[in-house]
Amino acid sequence: MLQELQNQFLTSTVGGLVIGSIYALVALGYTMVYGVLRLINFAHSEIFMIGTFASLVTLTAIAPTAPLGGVAMIGVMALIVLISAAVSGGAAMLLELIAYRPLRKKGATRLAALISAIGASLFLQELFGLEVINWLTGKPGRNQQSAPRFVDRDTLFTIGNANVRTDHVLVIVGAVIVMVILDQFVSRTKLGRGIRATAQDPEAAVLMGVSIDNIVRVTFLLGGAMAGVAAAFYVMEIENTDYRVGFVLGIKAFTAAVLGGIGNLRGALMGGIVLGLVENWGAIFLGSQWKDVIAFVILVAVLMFRPTGILGESLQRARA
Amino acid sequence: MGDLTGENSGIVIPPNNGAKLAIDEYNAKSPKVKIELKDYDSQGKPEQATSLIATAVGSDKIAALIGPAFSGESKAIGGVLEQSKIPSVSPSATNPGLAKNGWKYWHRVVANDDDQGPGIAEFLVKAKSPKKVFVLSDDQEYSVGLAEAFTKSFTAAGVAVETDKFAKDASDYSSTVAKVKSSNPDIVAFGGYYAQGGRLLKQLRDGGVTATFATGDGSLDAQLITGAGTAAAEGAVIGCPCAITTEGDQKDFATRYKAKFNVDPAIYASEGYDAATAYIKAIEAGNTTSEKINEFLKTADFKGITKQMKFKENGEPDSNAIFVYQVVGGKIKLLGPAAEAKLGS
Amino acid sequence: MKGDGVTAKRNAFHPVDRARDWWADAPQWQRYTVYLAAIVFALILPAPWIGSFMSPESDWTTVLFYPIGTYILLAVGLNIVVGQAGMLDLGFVAFFAIGGYTLAYFGTKHGLTFWATLVMGIVLAAVSGVILGAPTLRLRGDYLAIVTLGFGEIVRITANNTDEIGGARGITNVPHPEPLFGMEFLLDPAPYYYLIVAAIALVIVFSVRLHKSRVGRAWAAIREDEDAAELMGVPTFKFKLLAFAIGAMIGGLAGAIYASKAIFIEPNSFPFILSATILAAVVLGGAGNLPGVILGAFVIAWLPERFRFLAEYRILLFGAVLVLMMALRPEGLLPSRQRKAELHEGTGGMGTLAAEVPGPDSDDTSAEVGSK
Repeated sequence: MLQELQNQFLTSTVGGLVIGSIYALVALGYTMVYGVLRLINFAHSEIFMIGTFASLVTLTAIAPTAPLGGVAMIGVMALIVLISAAVSGGAAMLLELIAYRPLRKKGATRLAALISAIGASLFLQELFGLEVINWLTGKPGRNQQSAPRFVDRDTLFTIGNANVRTDHVLVIVGAVIVMVILDQFVSRTKLGRGIRATAQDPEAAVLMGVSIDNIVRVTFLLGGAMAGVAAAFYVMEIENTDYRVGFVLGIKAFTAAVLGGIGNLRGALMGGIVLGLVENWGAIFLGSQWKDVIAFVILVAVLMFRPTGILGESLQRARA
Repeated sequence: MGDLTGENSGIVIPPNNGAKLAIDEYNAKSPKVKIELKDYDSQGKPEQATSLIATAVGSDKIAALIGPAFSGESKAIGGVLEQSKIPSVSPSATNPGLAKNGWKYWHRVVANDDDQGPGIAEFLVKAKSPKKVFVLSDDQEYSVGLAEAFTKSFTAAGVAVETDKFAKDASDYSSTVAKVKSSNPDIVAFGGYYAQGGRLLKQLRDGGVTATFATGDGSLDAQLITGAGTAAAEGAVIGCPCAITTEGDQKDFATRYKAKFNVDPAIYASEGYDAATAYIKAIEAGNTTSEKINEFLKTADFKGITKQMKFKENGEPDSNAIFVYQVVGGKIKLLGPAAEAKLGS
Repeated sequence: MKGDGVTAKRNAFHPVDRARDWWADAPQWQRYTVYLAAIVFALILPAPWIGSFMSPESDWTTVLFYPIGTYILLAVGLNIVVGQAGMLDLGFVAFFAIGGYTLAYFGTKHGLTFWATLVMGIVLAAVSGVILGAPTLRLRGDYLAIVTLGFGEIVRITANNTDEIGGARGITNVPHPEPLFGMEFLLDPAPYYYLIVAAIALVIVFSVRLHKSRVGRAWAAIREDEDAAELMGVPTFKFKLLAFAIGAMIGGLAGAIYASKAIFIEPNSFPFILSATILAAVVLGGAGNLPGVILGAFVIAWLPERFRFLAEYRILLFGAVLVLMMALRPEGLLPSRQRKAELHEGTGGMGTLAAEVPGPDSDDTSAEVGSK
């Protein structure tokens, strides 16, 4: 047992950090929308899925024949991040407009919005499985789609017996950069203040001249863009995607958001990383089939002692 | 009956096409009794198969069934078929337990996982004489069954075995890769379908695992190579109770298949054709009721495309040969029956 | 009763409203006539001439048992948790699975009779409801939602990886119920249909009784404002746990009946999407209102069967219909009047979408930080 731990611990840790970073980026979208609307945006996983296809199509269009290096690699990465963030952000705004805004205007319960979200999620999955993917790639929409490789799997450096590869570093560093930018945006800009004000007290925010519709739109845009960034990293790392890719990742990311303290940006980061690590560590002893169970048990355990997550909830406190 | 639209439709559409080809060819001969082929899309789900079979038997009055394609749905509706005395021939359900239900109207034309697992394992032991094998699978029924058969046969052959399992919808296998890497086996044997197999193989190779990758019929699809990437898939060994080739005995079939569906025959296409042919032979011999067709199947003995078609008492095919394939130059190449085949690299 | 007071104030302009007003004032014999008519209707429902219109492409009686009957039973159970007590449960399928697995396991391995395993299934489901509820019901709103979702997944994954209960292979040859009133439970779906109709009737009576009792009023109080209820002396935790356990029992009952017909069950028969579907049925029908919930479950179960000819496109359409229905009738097809009336003050325990300027008394029982 100890032997296994010794052999696998560091390698598992690197893997956990990578997938944890992706969870964290997706979790941001759940957390922001929740902070402002108190809504579990169930269709957020589909926004992620759409992002993976934006990345995949872009990559296929660039069609690198061999892994790139240096500036070219960073350039391509930045390009798919931007395109994927734009597509996912746009899709999230559209989703808000179609599936949530009419309900908001009617003062519907959040439960109704949740069902609408589930409906939208099914609709988007099937739309991609049936039509969109085939139209984008020319291959059967239900099949798994593969992306070409553009980041080499060379070992950059080693820690103990664990090899840290270029792609690992790219995901982790990239995720941190994007999150710092988002954090700064929310805490420094006028729009960011609007988001925080709305999360804290929508009534007062309106009285202070904040346009709620505008804030909600921006929140979905930002949350969606984060899912898009995550999708770009995902496609670079896993190199495969399909129309159902969002489901499991979405549930994990939502778990991460709650784990860290839903509504809290830094909580999402924390929750994602913790979840990724704990899953992989647990798998060393129990086997990888128990990963999801480990994730949920950790969640329950944390919530019993800290009922609002590790860092506590609320978006308005997410400032420097 | 089978999954014509769901996620595993890649394994069901070819045999369905094969059956279609056989029946269209037969009907084109303007026989006295025409055969009508009706599709039931269960998406591989037992619940759906249950209500579909009730319609098929109750209102459509089918005489015989080709399918069910998967083992789960076979278990769910086998009893209904038995009670209604409708014969069935499955081109692809490989669960060993199915033959042990005492069903008299149930048949299949492929060898089961208990033949397949040991067949592949014995072949590997002979070809590679491994000291340590890592058996992996996802958590689906087929995958687990095959993985257990692998584990059993390798252990019996005196090979050290370690195992891990992951959820079928997981996409990040970093913890599994860490396990395999730290164990450093000679062979990685995987029980599962091509979607997971491709992803797994890619991540194993990226993680620095160089052991031979071996798997079964569920991964015998070009998508294993596209999923893993050509370089990672090179040299992978795949076993199957089916023989897919466009050469030799099957050349003629492959040409006709291609002419009709505009694709090369894929997994279980020829088995689907053979299953349909068994019924056609029965009907040509003047057996038009379900009862009589079933009687005929008991004694049937003819040369199918894949093998000599003959059923045992319990519905299993008489011949249970396993064929071995290897990925060579980005293509899946048939090496031959497991007993004779030799690995290229 | 509170409902009557609301009725009096309301102008009956809508046919559904008028029917409800009549119902509220109807004498006993009229009510019983309607009950009787409902039962007769349920008994003749499997008739082929109805089936040929309702589900032209699959066997109608089978469809009536699953998904329709099973969904209705599950929805009535979930309605107690979500509609009456106002807790969001995204893992209801767990109890369905526990009921089904109990019956299958003890039926095949220990040869116990249908009725014994049925009771065991119900009890085990209730126990697991309490085990899950005890540590988590102090959590509010959406935290509870994710925890229940996790529980549903834990049950499925555990079943999938535990060889003792078949693992991914599931359990084959689940025994059928013993003959009852001269009905043989074999492969013909009709007896199972009558069995589930009986179960539904029983559960409906139970649910209505509860709703009108002290327990039901306590649930309503918790749903509308948990803090206020606690202050008024309602032991909220106890009542929440009770709602959870009763919902779980009904889920377990549904699972056991389902498994007794299915012959074969496997972990994949109990996916998360089933929890979501049942929740959708409850909300689509009108959470808290029993006839609405039943209608919702019927519609959700039946539409995909009726539109089987759309083949691949039916799930796509199903999703679109959910979005559309929620936009058009966010309170459901037949909303609970009591809750509708309360909606002006409360929000049925689930809160509105916060960013729309809320009403004068912006309550949000769950996870509100800013305005407390």
